[in-house]
Amino acid sequence: MSLWVAVVGAGIGCYLLKLAGLSVPPRVLRQPVVARVADLIPVALLSALVAVQVVADSDQRLVLDARAAALGAAVVMLLLRAPFLVVVFGSALVAALLRLL
Amino acid sequence: MSEELTAERRSAIVRDSLGVGIATGTYGVSFGAVSVASGLDVAQTCVLSLLMFTGASQFALAGVLAGGGSPWSGAATALLLGTRNTLYGLRMAPLLAWRGWRRVGGAHLLIDESTAMAVTRESTPAARVGFLTTGWTIFLLWNAMTLVGAVAGEAIGDPRTYGLDAAVGAAFLALLWPRLTTTRNRLVAVLAAAVALGAVPFTAAGVPVLIAAGVALLVGVLRRDRPEVSP
Repeated sequence: MSLWVAVVGAGIGCYLLKLAGLSVPPRVLRQPVVARVADLIPVALLSALVAVQVVADSDQRLVLDARAAALGAAVVMLLLRAPFLVVVFGSALVAALLRLL
Repeated sequence: MSEELTAERRSAIVRDSLGVGIATGTYGVSFGAVSVASGLDVAQTCVLSLLMFTGASQFALAGVLAGGGSPWSGAATALLLGTRNTLYGLRMAPLLAWRGWRRVGGAHLLIDESTAMAVTRESTPAARVGFLTTGWTIFLLWNAMTLVGAVAGEAIGDPRTYGLDAAVGAAFLALLWPRLTTTRNRLVAVLAAAVALGAVPFTAAGVPVLIAAGVALLVGVLRRDRPEVSP
């Protein structure tokens, strides 16, 4: 139940954040501090998500396993300018193959 | 900003926007698959794509749940990532120049790609064509492909067998990659990852990511250096 509330609540919240942007007077963003923080938040969050997703296990311990190898493969694919879908499913394939070994 | 758009110019914008829209919308299949692998059901996965409709936030909510985090920390992370759409809105508002219901409806399509395909246009009509074509193409495809991915993901059983748990990290990295162009952004990325990992053993799942957002706040407030996009 709380999962449904989180899904719908965060969904509506994300919509309101979009609407707020189209409705707020642009001078708010001209504050340099606001602009800098707004620019850096996605970078910090996405990077933290990558790190936690790849090296934390479900008991909140840090482990290096097939997921780390898959992330390495993703880095190589991104350096080779592979498209998003190739990166996502390619790294899944690497992890799946390593677990077969 | 209201000069007429020639038919030729319009079709060029539509063509470019369709290309970006189709490429982006297709990866809804990866969200669908990752989301059911994270413990959301098919209906919740589809509601996320319909209602939230902003990829990074959707992946974040699923990712936090997959790591054992609570729905609340998942929702908070999704909302924090959603703040960048507010930033896009501030940039797009004068260009799209919508009021009333058009603004209320158009806001739902305000995402990375629709902004990218509209923000550089020379006039309001050109910006609207780019924004709406990209936004609608992605909305329709993203939702259809989410359903496909979720149903397929549910059918194949344990996602770990197919490495789908590892695909989440790769998806986040691919979303982050284009933002790593400046030294400041790379520094923030490394610091945020380090802070999050440092917090993992001491906090509940999902919380480390929220703590890492503090890095963005600190660096943004403390570093009053020259602007990154200096001429």
